[in-house]
Amino acid sequence: MLIIPCPDCGARDYTEFRYGGDANRSRPAHGGGSREDWHDHVFVFDNPKGPHREYWQHVLGCREWLLVERDTASNTVIAVHRARDREMAR
Amino acid sequence: MLRPMSDSYSALALARHAITRSPWPAAWRKAEPRKGYDVVIVGGGGHGLATAYYLAANHGIRNVAVLERGYVGSGNVGRNTTLVRSNYQTDGNTQFFEFSLKLWEGLSHALNYNVMLSQRGQVVLAHGPGQLDSLARKGNTMLLNGIEAELLDRAQLMRLLPYLDYSPRARFPLYGGLLQRRAGTVRHDAVAWGYARAADRLGVDIIENCDVTGFVTEGGRVTGVRTSRGEISAGRTAISVAGHSSEVARLAGLRLPVESHLLQAFVTEPVKPLVDHVISFGAELFYISQSDRGGLVFGGHIDGFNSYTQRGQFPKVQTVAECAVALMPAISRLRILRHWGGIQDMTPDGSPFIGRTPVDNLYLNAGWCYQGFKATPATGWCFAHTLAQGEEHPLIRCFSLDRFHHGDGLDEYGLGNWTWKQ
Repeated sequence: MLIIPCPDCGARDYTEFRYGGDANRSRPAHGGGSREDWHDHVFVFDNPKGPHREYWQHVLGCREWLLVERDTASNTVIAVHRARDREMAR
Repeated sequence: MLRPMSDSYSALALARHAITRSPWPAAWRKAEPRKGYDVVIVGGGGHGLATAYYLAANHGIRNVAVLERGYVGSGNVGRNTTLVRSNYQTDGNTQFFEFSLKLWEGLSHALNYNVMLSQRGQVVLAHGPGQLDSLARKGNTMLLNGIEAELLDRAQLMRLLPYLDYSPRARFPLYGGLLQRRAGTVRHDAVAWGYARAADRLGVDIIENCDVTGFVTEGGRVTGVRTSRGEISAGRTAISVAGHSSEVARLAGLRLPVESHLLQAFVTEPVKPLVDHVISFGAELFYISQSDRGGLVFGGHIDGFNSYTQRGQFPKVQTVAECAVALMPAISRLRILRHWGGIQDMTPDGSPFIGRTPVDNLYLNAGWCYQGFKATPATGWCFAHTLAQGEEHPLIRCFSLDRFHHGDGLDEYGLGNWTWKQ
């Protein structure tokens, strides 16, 4: 079982969370970006076998959006942060 | 180089071996890599082996190597639920999968290997009148494409599949279904072994335990591969490594519209003949059939987040078991004998990519989502054509890698670009 240590609620089964996808993809600015940029943003994935930064929302807990770093080869969770802390620090 | 006829499998050969007690020759040689080939195929799964076979059989290109990191049959060709069918409704998918089903129907003969095709029929269930309407539409699409399909009402369903839950307390009431009689199952290991043996007999080198670590390029053009067993030059290079497509394509500097996801499958302890069709549940993604040994074989949805682990998450086991019991309460006390996982390529529209890539001389076959096994013969046929001619076979032009640039996605399930929800 993949267990995600939520900063608010503690370690919980992944079934309490909703997966939100790759967090490394950044959306081109409104009105900006070439067609190529938008294509890559919407359709293309890095899909690494190894560390992967991704979003999860704790829908059955604190409802916080989290930024999780997980090894896709072993499902080991490497780090968890509140997504808003990280997004504001960008 | 052709082998003597005594290697052919037949009733006569069986009798001769029984009398003389001579050992059967190995189904294929343990080939050592040579310096170079006309075509090098990375990935010795069903698709890679089928491609090699059709390159040799249809196009006379026999100087071919198939490089497999593990052993033949260790990947997804041995991890699926063995279903074959052609009940699609998107233009492109419909014609491609019907071509594949036609090839399945002649495959044992073509390969001189019994792949145990069993056309027991597949029923897709409807749990409401709206769902039955959409199945009628799918059936009409099939009929317009010359594929047989039968719409069943509740009474017909009760005659055909009397062991489903028709009681008033059924969690998902049954309104009817769509039957394709030519759909069924194939013994999946036999497909890998049959294609490997047939390709080998036509001169193809199948090289197992050979890990590709990079591509050799000259002026942006791929001219060979680097492997754990040395460098091999190639006239043309093909990638066919479902599950690890992104990782291998990355070695050539490509990023793909593909994410790797885990799908689980299950088999119960063997019981007497019970389920004599393939049944697809309509309330969740769930499909069940019975193997020749008697085990009920079933599977469900992907785990829901990208992973390369080949080990499933327990909550999916529960969901699948709940589907099984909602559909057939009679099997609630059967024990699950084994369950396993495979890594499949998921794409933004649920459809695959076959053909040329932006890298000159590098060809790709990837992104098969749930449907790689049933596509095996047609993929091999069309991918071999593409490698031989340098141009895509007409049946796979809809599966181009750049289709999202033109708004030509093949969204069979209408789910949008969420790989983990497809």
